[in-house]
Amino acid sequence: MMSSFEPVILFFVLGALAGFVRSDLKIPGVLYESLSIFLLLAIGLKGGVELARYPLSDLALPALVVVAVGALIPLIAYPVLHLVGRLPRADAGSIAGHYGSVSVVTFAVGATYLARLGETTEGYMVVFLVLLEFPALVIGVLLARRGESNTPWKQVLHEVFVGKSIVLLLGGLVIGWMAGAGGIAPLDRLFFDLFKGVLAFFLLEMGLVVARRFGELRRAGIFLIAFAVFMPLVGAGLGLLTGWWLGLSVGGITLLATLYASASYIAAPAAMRIAVPQANPALSIGAALGITFPFNLIVGIPLYHRLAQSLHPLGV
Amino acid sequence: MEMTTRKLLTIVTEAAIEDTLVRELEQLGARGYTITDARGKGSGGKRDATWGPHANIRIEVLCDVATAQSICAALRERYSDNYAMVLYVGDVDVLRPLKF
Repeated sequence: MMSSFEPVILFFVLGALAGFVRSDLKIPGVLYESLSIFLLLAIGLKGGVELARYPLSDLALPALVVVAVGALIPLIAYPVLHLVGRLPRADAGSIAGHYGSVSVVTFAVGATYLARLGETTEGYMVVFLVLLEFPALVIGVLLARRGESNTPWKQVLHEVFVGKSIVLLLGGLVIGWMAGAGGIAPLDRLFFDLFKGVLAFFLLEMGLVVARRFGELRRAGIFLIAFAVFMPLVGAGLGLLTGWWLGLSVGGITLLATLYASASYIAAPAAMRIAVPQANPALSIGAALGITFPFNLIVGIPLYHRLAQSLHPLGV
Repeated sequence: MEMTTRKLLTIVTEAAIEDTLVRELEQLGARGYTITDARGKGSGGKRDATWGPHANIRIEVLCDVATAQSICAALRERYSDNYAMVLYVGDVDVLRPLKF
């Protein structure tokens, strides 16, 4: 077997196959909810425990750089979608927001991939994950609704900032940081040992969802399909350079590239549905979940890792 | 037993707008509502509820004729263009009309 292949991805493939052959396999909605709560909390906790090892002041500048560069992604994506792809403003802005925001599950698979290869990463990457979730959504909404006055900002910001993913990630981060590795130790078995197994279940479900929605991709058209492969490469390029410039480890550079390359398909659709009702959710979800997510899982992460390996020794 | 006729307004729509819609219904004079998770198929394709963004809800409101009309008008104007939404109204007999 290929040594760099992450076995957990096979569960995604299994889910997708089951969906394509119309198996009656179904992950109940409550289980899906429970799995996602577990994953978000566990990722937050793990980040918090690692964060406790660093002085917070060391993090301020890198965090600012990471968020600022991340904000470029929707600004690059929007003109491509609107001018080249000729998508209406609402759709272009919404999709740009999806691609600027990040996918927690892609990040988790990236971290699992690196851990299996024995590659260490900066624990504070989770802080970047949290910080990158929302700015792009706000930028996407602004792009989609330029000049319109009736944007329900109060609701949109509520959805973005107190949505379940931010609450659980940030909550886990704070709990892990306060308790430290010693304090969390009694919970290790539940949150850390079981993590990969739960991730496998979750990927099985994502495979099913992708397969069931595959038909929608045909409506998306060839431009959007090309965009869904091109955009993560642009994001990853930005991530590789930024991570290298910040002096991150090979693992850190890879994860930052993975974050920038990933597109949100859970937090973003919920926020965009309220903020930009005219945008067709089938397009953004089809591209982000149907193409970019599997692309990053199967091709992207190993590729970004290899590029990070050759970039890292060059020194800044 | 004495029964009074009221309108039963049923809305089948996307779970994503539940909070917004409920607020709107209350502002338009609905005194209560019942929400259930729903799945099915319509002109917008299959909504199988297997995943958050594909989930549907069914909202039922018991109210008088005037409230039903103002709710229908408002939802038609503000939501039906951009959201998957089915709306229908029927007559039902209720026991305690003052509640609705």
